[in-house]
Amino acid sequence: MASPTLTGPRNTGSTRKSATRRVRRQLPSSPWLFAAPGLLVTGAFILYPFVSTLVNSFTDRRTLVPGEFVGLDNFRELLHDDMFWTGLRNSSLYVLGVVPALVLLPLLLALLVQKNIPGITFFRSAFYTPVVASIVVVGLIWVWLLDERGLVNSVLEMLGAGPVGFLSDQWLILLSAMAVTVWKGLGYYMIIYLAALANVPRELHEAAAVDGAGAVRRFLSVTVPAVRSTMVLVAALSSVAAFKVFSEVYLMAGPAGGPAGEDTTLVMLVQRTGTGLTGRVGYASAISVVVFVVTVALMLLVLRADRKEES
Amino acid sequence: MSVVDKPRTAEQEPPLAPAREPRVTDEHGRRVRAWELALRYLLLLGVLALTVGPFLWQLSTSLKGPTEDIFSSPPKFLPSDPTLHNYERVAETIPVWDYAFNSLKVAAANVVTNCVGAALAGYALARLRYRGRRVATLVFILAMLVPVEGIIIAQFTTMRELGLNNTLVGVVLPGCVSALNVLLMRNAFLNLPYEIEEAAFVDGANVWQRFYRIALPAVKGTLAVVAIFAFMGAWDDFLWPLIVLSDPSKFTLTIGLNYLHGTFANDERLVAAGTIIAVAPLIALFACLQRYFFRGVGEGAVKG
Repeated sequence: MASPTLTGPRNTGSTRKSATRRVRRQLPSSPWLFAAPGLLVTGAFILYPFVSTLVNSFTDRRTLVPGEFVGLDNFRELLHDDMFWTGLRNSSLYVLGVVPALVLLPLLLALLVQKNIPGITFFRSAFYTPVVASIVVVGLIWVWLLDERGLVNSVLEMLGAGPVGFLSDQWLILLSAMAVTVWKGLGYYMIIYLAALANVPRELHEAAAVDGAGAVRRFLSVTVPAVRSTMVLVAALSSVAAFKVFSEVYLMAGPAGGPAGEDTTLVMLVQRTGTGLTGRVGYASAISVVVFVVTVALMLLVLRADRKEES
Repeated sequence: MSVVDKPRTAEQEPPLAPAREPRVTDEHGRRVRAWELALRYLLLLGVLALTVGPFLWQLSTSLKGPTEDIFSSPPKFLPSDPTLHNYERVAETIPVWDYAFNSLKVAAANVVTNCVGAALAGYALARLRYRGRRVATLVFILAMLVPVEGIIIAQFTTMRELGLNNTLVGVVLPGCVSALNVLLMRNAFLNLPYEIEEAAFVDGANVWQRFYRIALPAVKGTLAVVAIFAFMGAWDDFLWPLIVLSDPSKFTLTIGLNYLHGTFANDERLVAAGTIIAVAPLIALFACLQRYFFRGVGEGAVKG
């Protein structure tokens, strides 16, 4: 945020004040004209859909049928819908699998590229490349790499291990998708950590080194405490993103989430239930509401864990 | 706020004590042990193989001819007889260039609307004094917190009501002035010293002139970040175009690739060629404008 002295004309002389008043008289609507496109788009395509999602979740609306108020029926149905529980389980597992890796690995990567040795800018940029690529490109690259006859399996074969069904076993698919998410996110969070590491006072490391602390010890008692708030930020960002996972699993398990849908995530279920001409908009909205609630809960959980640790 | 600036300032200072060897912490930190440096480069090369390798493997697959075995074990990393044949074939299978053009249209429109809309709204929030400014700011903050995946069905029904489903306009509209970008621009304008504008103001410049001639040129850096991320976001987006587009002739590149993968999954060379077409422009863009990409991560993360 900007320094407070720049935010308003409060401290300036009377010339400005009267002039401001004069301009306001001349162009009474210009501030709203400036803000209008942004407000219009945000209102029509973010806030209105948000409200209508909440409203629709209490109706039996379909794509072509307006629908009526049905109270909590959708939520009651959710409780007995196996596919919903599968989705909730997979999305939750995704958070548990992806977040620890995305909090820790990019930090180690940032430490690796932090020092300015020759060629380091090349490495930093190269490590960022997966972030730039579309998730579809990334997903398809890994579908090919993890194919029954793909590169990973042919290397495994050379090492004497049989082909692994990365894309045929229910759990291996989910695990592979998590690996892809981590792979794509590494560079992004690395850059966030690099900025945080640059603010760690060098003296701390030196003092610890003088005291005879080894590398691991210094990582745990100097680096980690110094970048803790960034780790919390990364945990919050990545857990929310992980819970809403769609593309990776959609591409690796197929649109149906595997033969019997056992790899379906919640957002995949929303997409499958709510779209098309027979889409059950009301029911999909109820699932969306669950996505909202869990997302907000995850944020609060991370922030709360942070505060507890601090005290 | 620039992320890349920070490692750079570290250049002038003595580098950090090498992590593994406490005794090397002399005043200037110049004595880096050879083995330590070697280990560092070894690790760097390992990660490089892991992050860039998959792209190169995809490129290699896309260049392998129809007679070459792409499943060989041990794997062959270089195509024995590189050919662009697969790129011709992918264009015969799906209208890949039309899809690329659709993606380009969507991305370009997204850049223009985000730059214009976010700059205007950001300026209004930062500089103009009017009743309701706080409410307007709050609207954008709230909008930024709404998870898009959770409202996607309602966005789809909204598009249907407007008759814009299955159009490229419908693809662009929901994100055409993103709240995050508005707030980024607002912060950029807030960080400008007021005095310059004040002088122009006293000289009789009206609000449009102050915005266009004075404030806007001063926030070019942030505007570039907004432009790049708007381009990348639209070019890479998958879930929303997947929902809103149903007619294969209107597909963007990512949806087209998904279609290609679903329909011709057995032909890895084709899919590889398609993915390279989709990713090459962005890698080129990134190679040219790295600074802004990194800066965007810093600014976006602070807000997001």
